[in-house]
Amino acid sequence: MSDPGSLAVAAILLVPLAAAALLAALPDDRTTAWLNVAASFIAFCAALALLATRPAPGHFLIVDDLNIVFIVLTTFVAFTTSVFSRSYIGHELETERLTPMYLRFYHAMYQTLMFAMNLALLANNLGLMWVAVELATLTTVLMVGIYRTEAALEAAWKYFLLGSVGIALALFGTILVYLAARAVVGEGLDAMAWSVLVRKAAGFDPALLNLAFLFLLLGYGTKVGLVPLHAWLPDAHAEGPTPISAVLSGLLLNVALFAILRFKSVMSANPGALAPGPLMVSLGLASVVFAAFMLYRRQDIKRLFAYSSIEHMGIITFAFGMGGPLANFAGLLHMVLHSLTKSAIFFCVGHIAQVKGTQRMPDIRGLTVSHPVLGWGLVLGVVAIAGLPPLGLFMTEFLIVTSTFARQPVLAIVLGLSLLVALGALLARLNSLAFGEPLGKSEPSRASFVPVGAHFALVLVAGIWLPPALVAWFQYVARLLS
Amino acid sequence: MIDRLALDIAHLCAGGLVLVSFMLLYQDRLTGLINTFALHALVVSFSVAWQAYIQQAPQLYITAAIALGVKAVIIPLALHRIIVRLGIHRSIEPVVSIGQTMLAGIGLVALAVMVMLPVTAQAGTLAREDLAFALSVILLGLLMMISRRNAVSQVIGFMSIENGLILAATGAKGMPLVVEISVAFSILIALIVIGIFLFRIRERFETVDIHLLHQHRGEQP
Repeated sequence: MSDPGSLAVAAILLVPLAAAALLAALPDDRTTAWLNVAASFIAFCAALALLATRPAPGHFLIVDDLNIVFIVLTTFVAFTTSVFSRSYIGHELETERLTPMYLRFYHAMYQTLMFAMNLALLANNLGLMWVAVELATLTTVLMVGIYRTEAALEAAWKYFLLGSVGIALALFGTILVYLAARAVVGEGLDAMAWSVLVRKAAGFDPALLNLAFLFLLLGYGTKVGLVPLHAWLPDAHAEGPTPISAVLSGLLLNVALFAILRFKSVMSANPGALAPGPLMVSLGLASVVFAAFMLYRRQDIKRLFAYSSIEHMGIITFAFGMGGPLANFAGLLHMVLHSLTKSAIFFCVGHIAQVKGTQRMPDIRGLTVSHPVLGWGLVLGVVAIAGLPPLGLFMTEFLIVTSTFARQPVLAIVLGLSLLVALGALLARLNSLAFGEPLGKSEPSRASFVPVGAHFALVLVAGIWLPPALVAWFQYVARLLS
Repeated sequence: MIDRLALDIAHLCAGGLVLVSFMLLYQDRLTGLINTFALHALVVSFSVAWQAYIQQAPQLYITAAIALGVKAVIIPLALHRIIVRLGIHRSIEPVVSIGQTMLAGIGLVALAVMVMLPVTAQAGTLAREDLAFALSVILLGLLMMISRRNAVSQVIGFMSIENGLILAATGAKGMPLVVEISVAFSILIALIVIGIFLFRIRERFETVDIHLLHQHRGEQP
């Protein structure tokens, strides 16, 4: 444990855990919010340290070229969300939607969620990753229900039932993968380690792997929010506290997708197994088409962006399903940019819902007039998420559609049309939200704009100029995946 | 080598679990449902203990003890207290009739056997049948979760799925972390389900009928 890489890994896991215990014990609400920020910042710094030095893979933990992208992204968004959360919960305490007791619970759960997600990403063991994803599910269930309104309880219950069924299916798939590996690798921890599985996968029984992948795709796919397993997602996003919507959309969906990608690389290493691509392409495309049309009839602003998350997770799954260096590169970049953009949108939406006192879109109008910074922030966010130039998501969507066009023109046309349908829905909504005469009550906002600004700056820069080092890094990871 | 009798007893336990899963399907009173679930947990606990004995894997005795202590005793007792306090210990209504549910259940077991037996041909006799039985228990649990409206019966359906998963995990000889996984499952699920959800749902609605919850969907204009 003495080399710097191991220390960084230990910090990424132990700092959130220690912070969770501390935050559960401390009563004061001003310092705890800062403590939450500080713990998230330390974890982010530790993740950056992993870029320079990484430890040798062990039985339980591993840092490799794929998961380091996810770890840096997760810890960064967790840090900015904790900054946003500080100003968000200040308002919730004043309006007494949350009591100090619930706030302690909220902060402890926030850090436990960070621990669970980092553990799932760092795990070198199928079972350990499964336990971590389960822990992440349970903490988010508790946080979705934290307001204890009827709608929040229903959302939490629905999320709990669908999430646990998904998790159960994923465990069955994990057991089947172990059985397939045991015949080749032998009993014990090696038969559940990623680093071993990918190397030895060529000798596994293909029939067993196929069945396992079906269970894993359905199980973890529920957590990604792929249609038709998405029913929990809009409710959970709409009823929970907004910082949780931001980490759900920006991070937890990615973690589940990461699990699918790990298993996909095991499948691809086996020549006799079913190609995982077409399954992922069809689920991804179904999600994009469905979500694009569902965007039209939303009344609730958080629900609107939850459906947009389903759409974008569909695009990313589609891209990884198509495979090949170009589509994988675009999928990976799209995932990073979507996390940044969507969490920034939720930061804006959280403050908007607070100043307006409602999440119903017909009651919100003329934001650019009444709250210029929030309003224009939302405009920028929607322009980015709808995939308009010059922001980063335009480039990645363009790459995905064009690279698909060369191989499967029909799929590319369906995907392109759905993106246009979604664009129409988002712009129509944006028009009534941001422009026109201000409507409804408007309290002054005391938002912190640093997280929003930081995310949008990154997305804008990515759309105009990508640093060559980053491009080389992502291209390398994309080649590893294909 | 595992001798013939040991294998037969293992299969008897796994088959018994499928049978108890069917019994769960047709219980139309909550009290009976909870008692049948206690039997389910008892069978799974014995099955795991037997696997621990024939595989000479002492750590599996911990899993068996957890199944026995938590799921066969503590959770049923707690659920009994909850339903008495809520005054809902009379009856439950299945969404589809019992006959149709049972037929669907038989179809699911046939499906599980047809899917699992061919693909696990190389996995060894013990794992083969165990996995087919385990998948049957999981599918029957899913059927129960979708055919019931009551929160208590949905939770019991979920816990029977969990029992099926533990059967599968112990049948896969030498699988690491089985104890940890079963601990994570049991403690967290028990904690959440009993401690918080039933308490909160009752506090808000004075009922645990999920059907009523659907009136509160956020989509209505």
